[in-house]
Amino acid sequence: MAVGKEIRKQIKSIQNTQKITRAMEMVAASKMRRAQERMQAARPYAHKIRNVVSHLHYAHPEYKHPFVIGREARRIGMILTTSDRGLCGGLNTNLLRTALIEMKAWHDQKIDVDMCTIGSKGFMFSKRIGGNILSHVSHLGDSPRIEDLIGTVKVMLDAYTEGKVDRLYLVYNRFVNTMTQQPVIEQLLPLPASATEAEELKHHWDYIYEPDAREVLDDLLTRYIESLVYHGVAENQACEQSARMVAMKSASDNAGTLIDELKLKYNKARQAAITQEISEIVGGAAAV
Amino acid sequence: MAMTLHVDIVSAEKEIYSGKAEMVFAPLVTGEVGVLPRHAPLLARMKAGEVRVRTESNEDLYFYVSGGLLEVQPYVVTVLADTALRAKDLDEAAALQAKERAEDALKNRQANIDYAKAQAELAEAVAQLRAIKRLREKTR
Repeated sequence: MAVGKEIRKQIKSIQNTQKITRAMEMVAASKMRRAQERMQAARPYAHKIRNVVSHLHYAHPEYKHPFVIGREARRIGMILTTSDRGLCGGLNTNLLRTALIEMKAWHDQKIDVDMCTIGSKGFMFSKRIGGNILSHVSHLGDSPRIEDLIGTVKVMLDAYTEGKVDRLYLVYNRFVNTMTQQPVIEQLLPLPASATEAEELKHHWDYIYEPDAREVLDDLLTRYIESLVYHGVAENQACEQSARMVAMKSASDNAGTLIDELKLKYNKARQAAITQEISEIVGGAAAV
Repeated sequence: MAMTLHVDIVSAEKEIYSGKAEMVFAPLVTGEVGVLPRHAPLLARMKAGEVRVRTESNEDLYFYVSGGLLEVQPYVVTVLADTALRAKDLDEAAALQAKERAEDALKNRQANIDYAKAQAELAEAVAQLRAIKRLREKTR
């Protein structure tokens, strides 16, 4: 007897979906752990180079690097860090919305925005809305390397040096914890004044530069920006994996409740069919 | 007790060494330099080579770096090692590639950002997310 064949089929298909989402959840969980480790491993460098740059604020070099000199904003650059793949809840949407609100604010002041996109989601978005994309990189894999970012960042730094953009911002998701990711916009250029106070550095002093101030500062500040971007990318990746894990977990849970409901429906239908059959037999016997 | 330096060797992807030392040798582009405690502040570019750290127990530790920057404060030495091979032409080539990637993919785009459209699109996505969340709460 074919009672509830459709329901059984539906249950089967939801079970299959649940298997996939559960597998994705577990993959994301293990990737998240590694992404977090990578994010933490990048911290010492970021911390040290920030220290050096803040020391530089107290030094009195005879050469002022263009990266430290602020100027009036006529055109701004934005580095947009997103994930390559979807199925990670509202992660990219929230980030893009934050970026868009910022862009709109600049636009209202008649200031145009040049984009640099890291990750294909941001790229597709910028392309769709018709943003001016100067450089792009995607598919960095699970372990992004700084080599992959150098070129992309350099395009933006060059644009700044040549005066094509007057501000440079980095947009990425900050990893608060597994459940919370927060989209942030950070100013990269001109370098914001550092907040770290070092008493012993207040007196007048300067570094000895080898080979010369210009080259060394160029190297240092380029690396500083790169390390900030790298850190942003690493953090964004940790966010992506944890957001995906949470999204897939709730998808699996939802599939579970759906299956329960359908099973109940199926059992009811089956019971009704049996009852009906019995009453038919009883009715038939009584008629004889 | 002899004076010591604090040495940190870090690369962008991980911390390599952190500890005390009596003396540090680093390969600068202008030649090798040895740093003792109370050295004058120095900021210098390194070439590929070995960073040698002489620890308090007079042991020599060797670290290979492919270049990077050296910062010296009187009692602190920071080595910012590069993980990537860096050269001006290499960086230039990478930048060009990044530009090309962007241009290739952008061949047929509209001229200007349609903010209203973009915002509407995002608002829709957010609304969908919110609806899904609400549905989920209902089923619980």
